[in-house]
Amino acid sequence: MTEHHIRLTEESLEKQTTTINVGPTHPATHGVFQNIMEIDGERVLSTVPTIGYIHRAFEKIAERRPYYQITPLTDRLNYCSAPINNIGWHLTIEKLVGMDIPKRVQYLRVIIMELARIADHLVCNSVIAVDTGALTPFTYVFQWREKIYEIYEEICGSRLTTNIGRIGGFERNFTDAAWQKIESFVAGFPKMLEEFENLLTRNRIFMDRCIGAGPISAERALNYSFTGPNLRAAGVDYDVRVHNPYSSYEEFEFNIPVGTTGDVYDRYLVRNKEMWESLGIIRQALEKLKDHDPSVFHADAPDFYLPEKAAVYTKMEALIYHFKIIMGETDLPAGEVYHSVEGANGELGYYLISDGGRTPYRLHFRRPCFIYYQAFPEIVSGGLLSDAIIALSSLNVIAGELDA
Amino acid sequence: MTNEQVKQQLLAQFPDLGAWEEQYGMLTFNVPAAKNLEVIQYLYSDAALQFRFLTDLTAVHYPDRAGEELCVVYHLHNLVENFRLRMKAYVPVADPRIQSVTPVFSGANWMERETYDFFGVNFTGHPNLTRILNVDEMDYFPMRKEYPMEDPTRTDKDDEMFGRGG
Repeated sequence: MTEHHIRLTEESLEKQTTTINVGPTHPATHGVFQNIMEIDGERVLSTVPTIGYIHRAFEKIAERRPYYQITPLTDRLNYCSAPINNIGWHLTIEKLVGMDIPKRVQYLRVIIMELARIADHLVCNSVIAVDTGALTPFTYVFQWREKIYEIYEEICGSRLTTNIGRIGGFERNFTDAAWQKIESFVAGFPKMLEEFENLLTRNRIFMDRCIGAGPISAERALNYSFTGPNLRAAGVDYDVRVHNPYSSYEEFEFNIPVGTTGDVYDRYLVRNKEMWESLGIIRQALEKLKDHDPSVFHADAPDFYLPEKAAVYTKMEALIYHFKIIMGETDLPAGEVYHSVEGANGELGYYLISDGGRTPYRLHFRRPCFIYYQAFPEIVSGGLLSDAIIALSSLNVIAGELDA
Repeated sequence: MTNEQVKQQLLAQFPDLGAWEEQYGMLTFNVPAAKNLEVIQYLYSDAALQFRFLTDLTAVHYPDRAGEELCVVYHLHNLVENFRLRMKAYVPVADPRIQSVTPVFSGANWMERETYDFFGVNFTGHPNLTRILNVDEMDYFPMRKEYPMEDPTRTDKDDEMFGRGG
């Protein structure tokens, strides 16, 4: 028992407040983490977050894994948008070895990453609605998240933890079925998103619940190293895609939506607006792809890019490369590199130290969730318990990313 | 703002900063462990530098560097100029003490707890330096290199060509 469990109020010797547990397994946490809250009636006085319930020691494991085997670990960080994590990791390696990536591959990656961002934001925003008592929008958007998962499935074979792509590109070219699914998504999604917004954005009950709940000022958000939609909702237009572009993001036209008060409603609006921007980016990428050779889907980097499976069975050289890459026998240059991508939750950074061996000497994931979740007690203290719940869902804390 | 400008300005203020590097374009330097907070405060508050964003804080264990086994790494970002730098402070593993930067960055709180949890770096002045991801009862710091991932007594994976080696 720590001092946080029992807190006596100043004016009374008897305890007037109530200690409650939110989590580790609680419908409102949407993940495995705990908050020990001290409440006075409906007001939250203080909260002590406990995390680490699903810590899997990824950074330690990564020190014994060849580079390819680290991609599946990154899946399990923010599992709502795994392709961004995978591609971010591949980009880190490519930066370390200085690999040139064909334009078409970069655009394909942009499409996948933006689809992943939409899938992530859909879940987050619809879950805010669920926590305010509106279950219907959630069922609407999950049909479309499913469509995004079908696109992943068509490209890499898996859905949630995708392990998508390779160092240097994609494992195979996008099939016709994949293109059809992407096109039907781009055509049909705006109607659903409009419907979703009609249900919520100007909904009086939703607005009353969200406006003013769990706010954070821009100054505090920066001091807490917030990134992503949560920082932008507070009014700071920091976006890695614009500040340090990767995968040719500098060629795309898009806006960075920002909020003003950093409350739940602003976070909701920023995420919604970002989905529209993502959709615009995907449209532009589809347009840009028309000028490029449709057969290119990976870089010419035989030391790192896994050869085609059919060639492995029939060609000696492909077999040798396959074996070398799978066994981790291609050494990377020694060096230190920090690379970050704009994950759905913010700046997802990879700090990689290579000593020239087959595995990283040290790999550190800068996980946006872990960093901004520490502001949660400050955000919710003094507010209502029910506001704390929607503040938690609007921060989009993903347990996998929180605990690594 | 260029690497050279930042370097010259910092050197004018703190002549004992060393090991300047620019790997992959990111300005990197070492700071004496006793001065980490002072340098960060300067980087934060100087009107020209304005490094007001702590991107990342972590540590690295180099068991072979006697007397400076643990390296605490800070990634700072000037969002206005969009300029990043990396600052390193080495501390001995026998007495890994360094000042906490929580007075400057609230966000350093959990990052330092994580670094303490995995490497045992003692951040003096930290408001609540306890384990964060591992269980409180743990009595060692698992990210240090002396704790191998696999049981070191196993021999079934020793292989001259493709073994897992050290």
